[in-house]
Amino acid sequence: MLAYAIRRLAYGFLVVLGVLGLLFVLFFLYAKPIDIARRAVGEKAPSAVLQTWIAQHGYDRPWPEQLRDHYWRMLSFDFGRSDIDDVPISRRLSEGAGPSLSFTVPAFVIELLLGVGLALFVAYFRDTYIDRMGVILAVLSMSVSILLVIIAGQYVFGKLLNWFPISGFDPDPALLPRFIAMPVLIFALAGIGGEIRFNRTLFVEETSRDYVRTARAKGAGDGRVMVRHVLRNALIPILTHVVTAIPFLFTGSLLIESFFGIPGLGAVTVDAIQSSDFSTLRVMVYIGALLFIVFQIVTDFTYTLADPRVRLE
Amino acid sequence: MEAHVVSNAVVAGLVAGALYTATRVRKSRFWSESFRELGRRRPVALAAIAFYVALGLADSVAWLDSGAQGIAAHRPRSLVDRLFPAEFQERSYSAPLAFEEFYGGAGLRFPGQHWLGTDILGRDVLHMALKGARVALLLGGLTSLIVIPLALLFGMSAGYFGGRIDDAVFFAISTLSSIPSLLLLIALIVALGRGPLQVCFAMGVTGWVSFSRVIRGETLKLRELDYVAAARALGASESRILLRHILPNVMHLVVITFVLLFSGMVLTEAILAFLGIGLDGSWGQMIDQARDELARDPIIYWNLTAASVALFGLILAVNLVGDAIRDILDPRTVRENV
Repeated sequence: MLAYAIRRLAYGFLVVLGVLGLLFVLFFLYAKPIDIARRAVGEKAPSAVLQTWIAQHGYDRPWPEQLRDHYWRMLSFDFGRSDIDDVPISRRLSEGAGPSLSFTVPAFVIELLLGVGLALFVAYFRDTYIDRMGVILAVLSMSVSILLVIIAGQYVFGKLLNWFPISGFDPDPALLPRFIAMPVLIFALAGIGGEIRFNRTLFVEETSRDYVRTARAKGAGDGRVMVRHVLRNALIPILTHVVTAIPFLFTGSLLIESFFGIPGLGAVTVDAIQSSDFSTLRVMVYIGALLFIVFQIVTDFTYTLADPRVRLE
Repeated sequence: MEAHVVSNAVVAGLVAGALYTATRVRKSRFWSESFRELGRRRPVALAAIAFYVALGLADSVAWLDSGAQGIAAHRPRSLVDRLFPAEFQERSYSAPLAFEEFYGGAGLRFPGQHWLGTDILGRDVLHMALKGARVALLLGGLTSLIVIPLALLFGMSAGYFGGRIDDAVFFAISTLSSIPSLLLLIALIVALGRGPLQVCFAMGVTGWVSFSRVIRGETLKLRELDYVAAARALGASESRILLRHILPNVMHLVVITFVLLFSGMVLTEAILAFLGIGLDGSWGQMIDQARDELARDPIIYWNLTAASVALFGLILAVNLVGDAIRDILDPRTVRENV
C-alpha cells in the first residue's frame, strides 16, 4: 500500500513535469517574444520599446535559463505578474476562485443528485416507455450546444419573464442567490443528459448480476434493491466521474462566467485568451492540470473506501 | 496551387476512399451485416448524416466562371453557392421572405428570395447555414481521418510491444489527458497562433489522446489471446501479426470512438467560436454573432435559429447513430475507455 502510494505520487509528479514541459514548448519555444511584446505593448510600438519590454519580462534570456526559471517558478507557485497589465497572477487566482466556486459548487451538487436520482429512476423502469423517453431526452439534451442554452436561458428567464437579472454578480449573501440562480441551473443542466445516460447504463448492467437476483429471492423490494445493492455496486465508476469533475469547479465555466458577468477564474481565462496574455494563460492551464492530477490520485485511493475488494499494489 | 483545386482533389480522394471502403465492407460479413443492422435501426438519422455529408462535399467542389468579370473572376463558386444567385447579398438585416430591409424599410435587391432572412452584413442565412456543414465535416471528419492512422500506429505499437515504447506513449497520453481538454485546446490554438490549421491541429491532439488510449487498451488485451499466440507460433512476423490479426480486431473501436468524438468536436468548436478562436463560417460562429440579436427590439431570431437547428440536427443524428453503432459493434469495452 505504501509502496503503491509512493509510486502513484511519483508518477503524478512526473506528469506534472510533463505538462510544464509542454507549456514551455508552446509558450516559450514556439511563441516568438516579439509577437508577445507586440500584443502586450501595441501593434505599432517602436522596436526599441518592444526590446525593452522583452528584456524586462525576461523573454530575451537563453532558453535553458528560461526553462529552469519556468519550472522553478511554477513548482513553487510563484506565478509572477501578467504580461499585459502587470497584475500579480496569484491575486487574480485568489480573487477569482470565490465567485467561480459560489456557482459551480451548488450546480455540481444539483447535477450529481439529479444525475444519480433520475438515472436510478429510469433504470428502475428499464425497458418500458419511461426508460425509452428518458434516454431519448438525455440524447436530445446532449445534442444542444451550450451556447444556445445560455443565450435562450438569458432571453427567456432574464428578458421575457424577468425572473432573474440577465447578468451581474454580487458577493453579498442577500443578493448572491438572485445572481447565481441562472448560472447554477445552466451549469447543472448542461451536463446532466450525459450524466443520466452514463449512470443508467451502469445501473442497468448491475441489475443483471447474480447478487441482485439473490437479494430479490431473499425478499428485498425493488426500491431497496436499487438503492442498497445496485447503487452501492455502481459507485466506483460514478466516483471516478465525480472526482475528475471537481477541478472544473475551480476553473469554472468559461462560457457561463463571461455571459453572466461573474468575475471568476473562467472569466480570467477568457480575458487572457482575448488579450493573448500568455503568462496568465499558462498558469491557468497549469492549475487546471495540477488539480486534475491531484484529484485523480485521490480517486485511486478512494476506490479502496468504496470497494474493499480493490487492493492497491 | 489554388485552394479550390486542392479542395476538389480532396473530394475526389474522399469519394474514392469511400467507394473502396464500401467494397471492403461488402466483402466482410461482419461489417456488411453490422451496416445493414444500423440501417434497420436508424434509417432517418443515417439519411440525415448522408444529407449533411453530401452538402459538405457539394460545397467543396468549386470552379471559376470563365465569363465572370472583376473580383468574381477570381472567386470560385461551389456547387452550393450555385444554388443561389451571384452576389446574393443585401445591405443589412432582412427578415425571412421579406420584401424590404428590416430596419428602415428600403427595398431589397432580392425581394422575397431570402427564405431565412439575412444577417447584419446582409448575407443570406440559409446559404451560410448550408455552408456550415462543410466546416463541421472538415473539422470533425478530416481531422479524425488524419489522426486515426497516427493513433493506430502509436496505440497498437505501445500495446503490442510494451516496454519503453509503451512507457513513452502512455506518458504522452497521461500528460495530455491530465490537462482539461478545453484548456488544452485553448493553449494549443493561442500559442501556435490562431487560425483554421491550428484549430484542426489542436482538435487532432485531443482526438489522438482518446483514440490511442482506446486502441492501446484493446491491443493489450488482444496480444494475450490464443490466435495471436498461434500466429506467432506459426512464424508470422510482428508486422504481419499487427496488420492482419490486431488491426482488424480494433477497427470496430476506431469506428465507435470516431463517432463519439465527432459530435464532441463540433460542439466544442462552438465554444471556441464564442472565445473568438473558432473556424470561419462555422455554425458556432453564426451563433456567436447572433448572441446579441435577441436583445434587439424587435428581436432578430432567424440567424440564431437557423445555425442552432443545423448544428442540432447533425449532432443529434451522429449521437443516435453513434449509440446504435456502439450497441451493434461492441456493447461493453468502449464505455469503460472513452
